[in-house]
Amino acid sequence: MSEVLDRGVTEVELKVVGTRPIRPDGTEKVTGAAMFGADFSMPGMLVGKIKRSPHAHARIVSIDTRRARAVPGVKAVVTAADFPDLASEEYEGGESASNLRDLSLNCMARAKALYDGHAVAAVAAVSAAAAAEAIDLIEIEYEVLPHVIDVEEAMAHDAPVLHAHLFTEGLETRPLSPSNIAQKNELARGDLPAGFAAADVVMEHRYTTAAVHQGYIEPHACVASFAPDGQCQVWSSSQGQFMVRTYCAKVLDLEASNIRVTPAEIGGGFGGKTTVYLEPVALALSRQAGAPVKMVMSREDVFRATGPTSGAVIEIKLGATREGEITAADVVLKYQAGAFPGSPVGAGSMTALACYDIANFRITGYDVVTNSPKVAAYRAPGAPIAAFAVESAVDEMALELGMDPIVLRERNAVKDGVKAAYGPTYRNIGYLETLEAIRDHPHYAAPLGPNQGRGVAVGFWFNVGGESTAAVHINEDGTAVVVTGNPDIGGSRASMAMMAAEVLGLPIEKVRPIVADTASIGFSMLTGGSRTTFATGMAVTQAAQKIVAELRRRAAQIWNVDPEKAEWRNGAAVCLDPAKPEIEPLSLAALAGRSARTGGPITAEVSLTAQGAGPGFGAHICDVEVDPETGHVTILRYTAAQDVGRAIHPAYVEGQIQGGVAQGIGWALNEEYVFDRLGRMENAGFLDYRVPVASDLPMIEPIIVEVANPRHPFGAKGVGEVPIVPPLAAVANAVRRAIGVRMTDLPLSPPKIRAVIDAR
Amino acid sequence: MPQLDYVSPLTAEEAVAALAAGGGLAKVLAGGTDLLVQLRFGRLAPGQIVDVKRVPGAIGIREEDGEFVIGAATPGTLIGEHEALGRAWPGVVEAATLIGSTQIQGRASMAGNLCNASPAADSVPALVAAGATCVIVGPAGRRTAAAETIAVAPGVTSLTPDEFILEIRLPRRPRRSADAYLRSIPRTEMDIAVVGVGVSLSLDEAGVVSHARVAMGAVGPTVIVADAAAGALIGTQVDEAALAALDAAARAACSPISDKRGTVEFRTRIAGVLARRAAIIAFARAGKR
Amino acid sequence: MKRRHVSAIVNGDPVEFLTWPGSTLLDALRDELLLTGSKEGCSSGDCGACSVIVDGRLVCSCLMLAAEAEGRRIETIEGMAEDGALHPLQRKFLEHAALQCGFCTPGLLVAAKALLEANPEPTESEARYWLAGNLCRCTGYDKVIRAVMDAAAEMRQARRL
Repeated sequence: MSEVLDRGVTEVELKVVGTRPIRPDGTEKVTGAAMFGADFSMPGMLVGKIKRSPHAHARIVSIDTRRARAVPGVKAVVTAADFPDLASEEYEGGESASNLRDLSLNCMARAKALYDGHAVAAVAAVSAAAAAEAIDLIEIEYEVLPHVIDVEEAMAHDAPVLHAHLFTEGLETRPLSPSNIAQKNELARGDLPAGFAAADVVMEHRYTTAAVHQGYIEPHACVASFAPDGQCQVWSSSQGQFMVRTYCAKVLDLEASNIRVTPAEIGGGFGGKTTVYLEPVALALSRQAGAPVKMVMSREDVFRATGPTSGAVIEIKLGATREGEITAADVVLKYQAGAFPGSPVGAGSMTALACYDIANFRITGYDVVTNSPKVAAYRAPGAPIAAFAVESAVDEMALELGMDPIVLRERNAVKDGVKAAYGPTYRNIGYLETLEAIRDHPHYAAPLGPNQGRGVAVGFWFNVGGESTAAVHINEDGTAVVVTGNPDIGGSRASMAMMAAEVLGLPIEKVRPIVADTASIGFSMLTGGSRTTFATGMAVTQAAQKIVAELRRRAAQIWNVDPEKAEWRNGAAVCLDPAKPEIEPLSLAALAGRSARTGGPITAEVSLTAQGAGPGFGAHICDVEVDPETGHVTILRYTAAQDVGRAIHPAYVEGQIQGGVAQGIGWALNEEYVFDRLGRMENAGFLDYRVPVASDLPMIEPIIVEVANPRHPFGAKGVGEVPIVPPLAAVANAVRRAIGVRMTDLPLSPPKIRAVIDAR
Repeated sequence: MPQLDYVSPLTAEEAVAALAAGGGLAKVLAGGTDLLVQLRFGRLAPGQIVDVKRVPGAIGIREEDGEFVIGAATPGTLIGEHEALGRAWPGVVEAATLIGSTQIQGRASMAGNLCNASPAADSVPALVAAGATCVIVGPAGRRTAAAETIAVAPGVTSLTPDEFILEIRLPRRPRRSADAYLRSIPRTEMDIAVVGVGVSLSLDEAGVVSHARVAMGAVGPTVIVADAAAGALIGTQVDEAALAALDAAARAACSPISDKRGTVEFRTRIAGVLARRAAIIAFARAGKR
Repeated sequence: MKRRHVSAIVNGDPVEFLTWPGSTLLDALRDELLLTGSKEGCSSGDCGACSVIVDGRLVCSCLMLAAEAEGRRIETIEGMAEDGALHPLQRKFLEHAALQCGFCTPGLLVAAKALLEANPEPTESEARYWLAGNLCRCTGYDKVIRAVMDAAAEMRQARRL
């Protein structure tokens, strides 16, 4: 169990929030009964398969599907010709804005294949064998073009250009020729040259990271049905059923009300399932075939054709005084976007210096298209990359100044009232508290042996609010149902029930949460941005509060007293009228039992756009041991402190911290996309794309810090994304201290470490 | 995959006949942990799958006049559980039980590992260092071949299409003999070896190495039998000078490639490191007997 | 080409199904027997989400032909609870919050069951190495290992009584 450090949480005594009930969907998950995307079937269902480009960059000269259509059992064949040719349009509905035309082209290539694995055609047939045969018989003539994947090579003047209509935005004068640099952005404050002039120590480094995948164990899967009357149904493993509905509607030019999307249980997303790949294609196939179509990606296709996050180059120049005041920082971020614009370099820029109160800085970000799969969100998108560089540079500065790395950070820490590097003024943040937590933890004082090193790193992520709808229904027996529209990717369903139970005064067993389809609940923005417990929780809480207000009103009516004289306590209405001391409390069940006579069904729905999400900070300590002969890094010990505002369900908060740390460790040590000279991914499987296995990791100790967010009914801040931000540098800093050399290129695989030790 | 056919013969002769009838497209199925991956990923043309697990002698471990006879399709878990085998050949057992995960161990066999002919196969350096031989069954009856003659190139074996390995034999062991196998992988489990080294040695009455064999995997297209490296150990008590000579000889014998799992320089370096470490372990084990 | 007929025992019950020669046991479990608890994560034996126990051995069902199941005794996640009562491992996974998305959970539970049958008193390290073939991307394995160790302790205690 983690340590929970209470820093001024609200005084109300909570009965459910903060406890650790068994999750409501637990039994079905441990018995194999839970239905994930690939577990659905419909009568008459066909198997859908996608034909993918074998070239990293090529013009599609012609596609001939005649032989494919002739295969017995093939019921539909689609290409881009079966999709509307969309105009460019920005849509805000995913975790960040996306361009619908790009999304459509990514689902089905038109005119050009932009990466190895890009979908160029699709087939639906009665069996997997028939579909596979048809795929092989689709004849495509390609004109292979030179490709580019490395981000700096893609930025070069003579790089092969992916999009003839892409001109760099954010420059002072609009360029005349197209480029692979989709956007340049800049954040700046103060006087950079003066800041560096005031520094006693100035250091400049260059850091590089490779593209890494979210690595969810469940491949993308959906079943789609396009009926002859135009009514569409989709069951899909995704992070947002409304997002799926919107994208399918836009990509196929359908009306939203004609598409009903039911979220399946989702086997991991981490941002990678905040977009669509299969659903519009499955619908198009179903429309042509007149039957439902099931599509499930292979693991290879998941790697080749779904978005990893960016590989990047980061250049950072840092200046500080001998006393440890950081006076200036100049950061340049160059992020791969994959085949279409939209890397998370914007968020990387905004978060890079978010933990530091620096008067003079400039952060420049480049969004660069490359012949690799279109990047998708990955847990705090953009932030871990920037933090790797900043936290490594700060660590190097600490070594140069002879200063403890926590002290250096405390000296430059943001606190309440400080204007964040990305704009807003911080309020109710718990950053210093997380530094204090790791400083005072026994881990920090534990002795180290030979070839061992300890690294410290911090991280930040803003948490978004956004639109959420929740409904609470009281059943005739006094039990309750909580309905939301957010897929549960980390235990949020339990937290929704807990918040409702707390407000209603019911035990958790009497509150059943469900995640509804798009026709059964009002709009909700997808599950991402660490927003569900915050924003949907807020909607749930408000809906429950409305119910309580209604219950009080009905009780007062029954008792014939003023409504203010009916109070809600411990799940019952209590009469406070001194003139009527004989009145017994009325339980929720009692009130529900007479609902028909007191005003009808007891139900409430709240839609809101949640404001006031509280950003999260984390501080981590990592101990490693390096085998100097083999270059192997062992993670010996890991402690992660994080300000979560209020831990609604502490076990799930701990789980988010541990899971994010594990992903960060994999990113630091072994994960990377490897491309061959033809631009094809060489390691598109779990054998050679190396995520951490159970024996690679020690226990991961979370320290929950609670500095309440006053704008959430229970003080919660988002939790899920901060944990992945510090580990890259925490591991790299530990290795630095173990071997005495700064590693600037991720992943820190054994050959690289061995080479650096040899050169030492 | 409707073209494929599956048969599960009950005798060695039936198995040979099935393989012969396959016209070059028949494949032996033991544990299936390589074969099914190749089928799934389209790396094999469809044909006959001949499951040899029900052929008498294909699964099981027995001792015969001091030799160990291991059925070719014996899964790693059985190998790992066999106490006598583990005492006599700890290195071979280590190597066999390092292949993949526990689930892979439930099925994967040493013969399958050998015949898959991957340069990085874990069991091969240990088998070769041990002087293992394979009993091969074909149309002309049985023949025996040394383990290091099986793989001739990555993915290619010296077996004809109508032959299969029925058993692997480990020779009778002199007293004061032991072996060890080590491999280098990026994680702690689950990875294909970047380098694998098997060392087997015997000591004389004075505790001096009288016989040694060093075999290295993943540093050449097939396993490398490093005679000079073995020579560096013979006549010594595996002191620092011997280890340094061993290290250098092991490195000199390597001819690795650079690929997504490791570079030439790294593999060469590590071959030396692992040869040292394996020799130390084998020597310590032998000394205790 | 006709499909083969296979008879086997799954979770204690005799079953029959038809299969193509090249189909895997995982395909048969999910598509023929509608036991969708075993999951397909990679099709190459690298993730363990398809783990089942065959004749007492833990294996990846994606690496076994369905035809090989003839006459064999197969245990899947669906057979782990008995008479409506969850297995101690299942209970401990819930108590310890050892699952988040739940996709890897069936494979992990089957693998852990096999572990405790082979070794009723594993150390943390032994548990981690045994379970290295079961990838989990959500939990970082911490609570999984705690749940397994706790279940092992409870099961040892129950055997003593």
